[in-house]
Amino acid sequence: MAEAPDSPIAARASERLIAHFWMVLGVIVVAFPVYYVFIASTHTTQTILRPPLPLIPGPEAAANYRDAFSGGVSRIGGVSLWRLLANTTIVALGIALGKIAISMASAYAIVFFRFPLRMVCFWLIFITLMLPVEVRIQPTYKVMVDLGLIDTYPGLILPLIASATATLLFRQFFMTIPDELLEAARVDGAGPWRFFRDILWPLSLTNVAAIFVIQFIYGWTQYLWPLLVTNSNEMNTIVIALKKMISFADADTPWNLVMVTSVLAILPPILVVVLMQRWFVKGLVETEK
Amino acid sequence: MRRTVFPHRLLPWLLLAPQLAITLIFFYWPAAQAFRQSMLKEDPFGLSSTFVGLANFRKVLSDPNYLNSVQVTAVFSASVAFLAMSIALFLAVQAEKIIRGKGFYRTLMIWPYAVAPAIAGMLWLFMFNPSFGTLARPLRVMGINWNPLLNADHAMILIIAAATWKQISYNFLFFVAGLQAIPRSLLEAAAIDGASRRHSFWTITFPLLAPTTFFLLVVNTVYALFDTFGIIHAVTGGGPGKATETLVYKVYNDGFVNLIMGESAAQSVILMVIVIALTAFQFRFIERRVHYG
Amino acid sequence: MARILLNDVRKSYSGNQVIHGISIDIPDGEFVVIVGPSGCGKSTLLRMVAGLEAITSGTLEIGGKVVNDLEPRERDIAMVFQNYALYPHMSVRENMAYGLKIAKMPKDQIEAQVAKAARMLELEPYLDRKPRALSGGQRQRVAMGRALVREPSAFLLDEPLSNLDAKLRVQMRLQIKEMHLRTGQTTLYVTHDQVEAMTLADRLIVMNKGVAEQIATPLEVYQTPATEFVAGFIGSPAMNIFTVEAEAGGVTLPGGHRLPLSGLPAGSLRLGLRPEHLHLAETGQPAIPVDLRSVERLGADAFGYGVIAGSDAAMTLRLPGTTQAQRGDRVDVAPDPQHLHVFDPTDGRRLENF
Repeated sequence: MAEAPDSPIAARASERLIAHFWMVLGVIVVAFPVYYVFIASTHTTQTILRPPLPLIPGPEAAANYRDAFSGGVSRIGGVSLWRLLANTTIVALGIALGKIAISMASAYAIVFFRFPLRMVCFWLIFITLMLPVEVRIQPTYKVMVDLGLIDTYPGLILPLIASATATLLFRQFFMTIPDELLEAARVDGAGPWRFFRDILWPLSLTNVAAIFVIQFIYGWTQYLWPLLVTNSNEMNTIVIALKKMISFADADTPWNLVMVTSVLAILPPILVVVLMQRWFVKGLVETEK
Repeated sequence: MRRTVFPHRLLPWLLLAPQLAITLIFFYWPAAQAFRQSMLKEDPFGLSSTFVGLANFRKVLSDPNYLNSVQVTAVFSASVAFLAMSIALFLAVQAEKIIRGKGFYRTLMIWPYAVAPAIAGMLWLFMFNPSFGTLARPLRVMGINWNPLLNADHAMILIIAAATWKQISYNFLFFVAGLQAIPRSLLEAAAIDGASRRHSFWTITFPLLAPTTFFLLVVNTVYALFDTFGIIHAVTGGGPGKATETLVYKVYNDGFVNLIMGESAAQSVILMVIVIALTAFQFRFIERRVHYG
Repeated sequence: MARILLNDVRKSYSGNQVIHGISIDIPDGEFVVIVGPSGCGKSTLLRMVAGLEAITSGTLEIGGKVVNDLEPRERDIAMVFQNYALYPHMSVRENMAYGLKIAKMPKDQIEAQVAKAARMLELEPYLDRKPRALSGGQRQRVAMGRALVREPSAFLLDEPLSNLDAKLRVQMRLQIKEMHLRTGQTTLYVTHDQVEAMTLADRLIVMNKGVAEQIATPLEVYQTPATEFVAGFIGSPAMNIFTVEAEAGGVTLPGGHRLPLSGLPAGSLRLGLRPEHLHLAETGQPAIPVDLRSVERLGADAFGYGVIAGSDAAMTLRLPGTTQAQRGDRVDVAPDPQHLHVFDPTDGRRLENF
């Protein structure tokens, strides 16, 4: 998207250089905290506690990570790192996949069928956009208690797939499918299931990928809700566990392992975003409309 | 708008059932309960409740702690929104000037989006920890008695920094997209008319970015109001001395920690009203943009 | 191959009737074209036959079976859409095979059918391409192939050539004609282009505002249009139609000129004369004076556009290609009495007369 270098609005070489400078600075500021934690995870606790932290990775990487995975983290909070990662992965995947499944189904129903109360249903779902979970924590919590879902995976997942962002996006996308495509499919003999499987789904893949990334991150980074709905340490997500490690830190806290845990709490979503960057950016910018 | 449909009558209901069920159970029912509870007052033993109408609301709105929260939230949101958006806009403008390397920078700028707000807070706490934070040392060397655990202003600065840091990437992505959507021909016409780059930025680019800017303003405000709970809980716990207790944090604190149900519910309802107003504003504005766009 | 029978078929949208009682008996193998201006309901009618729109009242039979309540698939029809409606993520081969796959035809049979249709439509080099890699004309042929492959009882086409450029349109028209001769399928074809209609149809349904104004062969529609609308719609350039006052012995044209014509009912009438049935008057012959406003020369022919002298009744004339006539000239033209059309001024119906 750049103009020819001699177009009247293109930046001169000097301007470009300055731009690069600022971008590099921006990237440093943006990346530094994450880099810092990564470095810290490769040193001993003593090195960490005596500032300044060296700027290059230390020699303890293998040792730290091995220790963390083989029980080091359990010593801090009573739950193994594997369990924490598993919990968080289950929650993130559950939310992402669950949301995609029910949103596609709802959007499909609203766009490709006619039935009484159709628009009422749409508005019912649409309104949930307006209220994030943070404004209804108490009563939702009570519902979880009543349903016996405290300290369970469904308890962690279900309230968070209630909102309508994905439904809206899919509805918008489905509405861009030309009428004639559906008509041709009907004339060819396709019923609702075949049409969805053979035609709509393949055409939706880009949108599904984008929503997957966004929802996976949403699920992985949840804080308030997991805090409330889990009492047992066994069901903590890695984010909550990390916070507990810091709050209950004392003189014996193995900060190097805390740093390892931090890195592992950050890494998976970053990987997902970076690897699926193209779809993610497209989906994000289009959710705006 | 003609729309061909399938003739089935029952199937759409089956397809909608899961989302409707979840929405009813985990959204409408609790929301209704929140409304109900906001108008009840529990007795000291938590055994019964009486209907008190709007008394909870009156109490909440005249509570100095609540007003403190409002102020804290206002300062926090405004600072985060303003900083996160200006820095992101600046960087986006710089990125636009670059010919090669845009994708590289974008990849590197995306990270913070994937980081949990709570962890963002923790990261900044690590860096600026009064005892072992690497970046806390230069501050002490400069003579600042840096202590976010005891100094209210320092605590505020820290959480603003963490919240802003995280939001820059999101804003950056949208501003880059917004800038790319501006037709080159407009800027070229301005250049031919003799406008300097700075002038054409403020008179052409910036106004054309208005829809994106407004959109991000709402998103950033909602983010600052709600998503930052994790940052505050992880870093300052609302302190020191309620200096960083935002509205959403207070709802949590009163409702779950101190168990003052009625008032916490009333606060939830007030927050609901604010969010609805913001979302309504956003959709009306986006709708307007569709007409003009 | 099947017979299609429409019996007083009507359609209403919430109390608003848009298709008014259409009846036609289409024998097996006939090519019927539904033609009319935009909004006349021709596509709606086609979609009712296809099963994509409900029939409010009246019966539709395909192959002897009443199909009002049957799904499109169950009616054994195939359809070609105006915008082709090809599945964008499937190859040409997969597009054509899709309907057969759903019908659970054995794989080798599907391949044979697809190969046959591809050969007929010269699509063999494109079988593995996706629609976005094809030109408009190629896509159109794939759409036709998809319909042909099913060997349906009835073949429905909804303005299939509208999106093609003029030259391709002529080519495809010929190809459609040829294919019909070969396969002999009962076909219903919708278009707004009267040239397509006239050249392709065994019979035409001329529609206007939801009403079938005339159902007849192209020649009949041209020679004896049933209403003023049909008269003005079919034939290019369009028929000249204007109001005259008739009395015993003659008519008074707009502008006050008299033309001796006998046998017409007295009173106000609408008189129709095709440009090709007006020729330059010999001296002394009763004629219509026309003031020319412009002349279009096309080489073999020329068309003169003007008004009847002294009025603003528009007239179109067909002149020899070598004519010297130009803007501002007055031309006297004589009508061919064998090709006069008279319509009732109140309801547009043709008056059988003299």
